[in-house]
Amino acid sequence: MIRYVARRLVYMVAALFIIVSVTFFISKALPGTPFANPKLSPQVREQLFEKYGLDEPLYVQYVKYIANVAQGDLGNSYYFEGRSVSELILQRLPVSAFIGVQAVIFGLVIGMVLGIVAALWHNTVWDTLAVVVAILGVSVPSFVLGPLLQYWLGLKLGWFPIAFFESWIYSVLPSLALSVFVVSTVARFIRTEMLEVMGQDYITLAKAKGLSGLAVIIKHVLRNAMIPLVTVMAPLTIYIITGSLVIEQIFAVPGIGEQFVQSVLVNDYSMILGTTIFFSVLFIVALLIQDIMYGIIDPRIRVSGAKE
Amino acid sequence: METRHRELDPSLFESATIDAYEGERIAGPPVGFWRDAWIRLKKNRGALISLAVLILVFATAFVIGPLISSQSPYTQDLSQRYLGPTSEYWFGTDKFGRDMWTRVWAGTRVSLYIGLLAALMDIFVGVVYGAVSGFLGGRVDDVLQRGIEILNGIPYLVVAILAMVVLDPGILTITIAIGLTGWTFMARIVRGRMLQLKNQEFALASRSLGASGFRLVWKHLIPNSLGLIVINLMFTIPGAIFAEAFLSFIGLGIQVPEASLGSLISDGAAELRFHPYLLWLPALVFCLLMICFNLLGDGLRDALDPKMRK
Repeated sequence: MIRYVARRLVYMVAALFIIVSVTFFISKALPGTPFANPKLSPQVREQLFEKYGLDEPLYVQYVKYIANVAQGDLGNSYYFEGRSVSELILQRLPVSAFIGVQAVIFGLVIGMVLGIVAALWHNTVWDTLAVVVAILGVSVPSFVLGPLLQYWLGLKLGWFPIAFFESWIYSVLPSLALSVFVVSTVARFIRTEMLEVMGQDYITLAKAKGLSGLAVIIKHVLRNAMIPLVTVMAPLTIYIITGSLVIEQIFAVPGIGEQFVQSVLVNDYSMILGTTIFFSVLFIVALLIQDIMYGIIDPRIRVSGAKE
Repeated sequence: METRHRELDPSLFESATIDAYEGERIAGPPVGFWRDAWIRLKKNRGALISLAVLILVFATAFVIGPLISSQSPYTQDLSQRYLGPTSEYWFGTDKFGRDMWTRVWAGTRVSLYIGLLAALMDIFVGVVYGAVSGFLGGRVDDVLQRGIEILNGIPYLVVAILAMVVLDPGILTITIAIGLTGWTFMARIVRGRMLQLKNQEFALASRSLGASGFRLVWKHLIPNSLGLIVINLMFTIPGAIFAEAFLSFIGLGIQVPEASLGSLISDGAAELRFHPYLLWLPALVFCLLMICFNLLGDGLRDALDPKMRK
């Protein structure tokens, strides 16, 4: 187990190193410099170059950049003068994190209910309904569902505010739109796993020992059916991240995603690259936790020699 | 758990005649792999309907749609702005007076191109990488697999965004950006299949007849992996279409005046309040495509690889 984790850590660092290197060389390959403003006199520009170390040879800049990133310093925003990228990201983080976590909670609750209902009443209308919802969930992207919710629940029915972020009620629609994918993934997983687990011998044994149906479902079926759910953690993280880019744009939520799209539009390169690194770290850490948790939760995997 | 009781009478217990040749009789004409798969696919109504709808969408996007309309997707006519669906403009017009019917189908064409190009990249990079890794094995395999593991640690849409910041937006560059890391899954699957197949008897037979490694892979191992490759492609295509729509939605994809389903949805979402049809029509086509590809993919998986069915 320890060797396994150590190996994963090495890959993690390697992946991060590649990402940071790629972002550095991309930032160098981009046309123009952050100080291309023609109003600047050559002297001022030279001073700015000196201040930001842009006059040094490329390899020196590269080493410095890597060292800075390793210390969590992602440079300064070109657009918001005098503010560091890390500071801007951290400032926006709570809103995005709140909506993302809430979306995962919505998704887990709705998805589990759907999956359980579908498995218990297998091959009935409920089952079909859950399968249809699951297919719609992976097929209808959040950037279609978002406007749909805005239009019906917000505009026509007036139940929820359509945009901005002032209190909890404002977070419902964005989280809901973001949660569809979670709902369908969780529902599908729980359904297939429960169907499989319910046919196992130990479930028959539990029933034979006289446990009530509910106790069997909760204590034995659900607990075992939830194991594979861990494997969707990394895909879900990436989904929530990319989803937040469009959802925050649609609902005008002041989160990281909205800021990222804005920085793409105004060519705030340091912001784009910094946020990219931030997202990558998030994803890689999720991947690592997922792999480790999988080994801990399901001893069967450990015994049969952890397959990556 | 209940036992069913039935009336027993002697006629149920007649002894059967044993014919030694009965076991040798062939019950029906032999059924090949693809024919067998097609028979199984035909039983899946959802997949069949999806296939029909996909063919219809392809035909409409490439042939019928532009042919039966006299409008152009790019001509602007400011006197004809924001017309709802009419007899002249079947899907209405957008804020520059461009015809939405032809625009939606032009966008569908772009999305389909990108899906198919991504599938091609999957084949040329993923299959080749996987085949080399699995067939050669040993140290080569080790190195190639470590490479994939590192690539898998990089979120692909983020890579696509970075690539789009540098590259000029266009169908090809968007596909490259999407496909940059998208082929790893295919490579893994093909590699696994190669490892499984290369030590089987038919591979040994071919080899002992003097077949070169390349011939062995190309003539025997790849054809035997085709089922898996096809299944995988059915999920690559909608994935790429989705990724393009996503990039276009945040303003990094197809640039005006070109349109893709993603950019049309993005434009439509901005005008949702007063001109909702601008969103619903491209969104409808997009969701239809995604649903059909997903259903067909599921159906093909069940048909081509019954063991993977869950």
